[in-house]
Amino acid sequence: MPTAPAGTLYRGREGMWSWVAHRVTGVLIFFFLLVHVLDTALVRVSPEAYNAVIGTYQTPIMGLGEAGLVAAIVFHAFNGIRVILVDFWAKGPKYQRTMLWVVVGLFFVTMAGFLPRHLMNVFGGGH
Amino acid sequence: MAYGTAAVAKVDSPRSPYVRRKTTRGNYELYSWIFMRASGVVLVVLIFGHLFVNLMVGEGVHAIDFAFVAGKWANPLWGVWDLLMLWLAMIHGTNGVRTIINDYAQRDLTRGVLKSLLYTAFVVVVVVGTLVIFTFDPCPPNAPEELLASFCTA
Repeated sequence: MPTAPAGTLYRGREGMWSWVAHRVTGVLIFFFLLVHVLDTALVRVSPEAYNAVIGTYQTPIMGLGEAGLVAAIVFHAFNGIRVILVDFWAKGPKYQRTMLWVVVGLFFVTMAGFLPRHLMNVFGGGH
Repeated sequence: MAYGTAAVAKVDSPRSPYVRRKTTRGNYELYSWIFMRASGVVLVVLIFGHLFVNLMVGEGVHAIDFAFVAGKWANPLWGVWDLLMLWLAMIHGTNGVRTIINDYAQRDLTRGVLKSLLYTAFVVVVVVGTLVIFTFDPCPPNAPEELLASFCTA
């Protein structure tokens, strides 16, 4: 049996992995969206029903889930802008890798602004 | 003569427009590709605004309850904001998942079942969400006063 020639398996680089991450985050956000519209729809049932369900969003475990959800949204948003630039900006394909690191940088800056405040709301004194 | 009228008749009129695409399947995928980009830009603004107001301002997620929603939707801007966000996000997300199903579900039956479920979920969620925004009553009768926005009792 002949051995496979070495080094021919495409393992992707920044372009492929950002595409994978875009799909994964997109699907996660979509399933949350379905649940989120339906839980918000409880405002039409009664104030008690809505408050009971939204109360579960305010527990520490769900608070961590919200942090993950926001992280997925922030990456999908910034990487989506990058995809648009790759498609429509003449130099987009040339700078696609650079732009991914810009996306990653903006992601960390945005999360640094969001996480402390959100985690204080979730775990801090409050009520 | 070698070049009889029969051969000449097969040549298209020089005035007939050049048509590259010979099929008539439409430009659906092109429009869907454009929509993903156009709606994506708008959704970045709508969702970042939504997250900022609901999670960052004041006590964040702890402040959200029925009265909070009633207070927001008392301003028509937030009604329009949420309605636009609902429709754009649902179409954008449904179209994205449709692409993924087309990529990975190879059997016709599997693809058909998954897309039927997807489109059913789309219709249910968009209809329910739209009805809720348009028929919301911020001060429902018989509800405990302490759960309602202050403008219900004032």
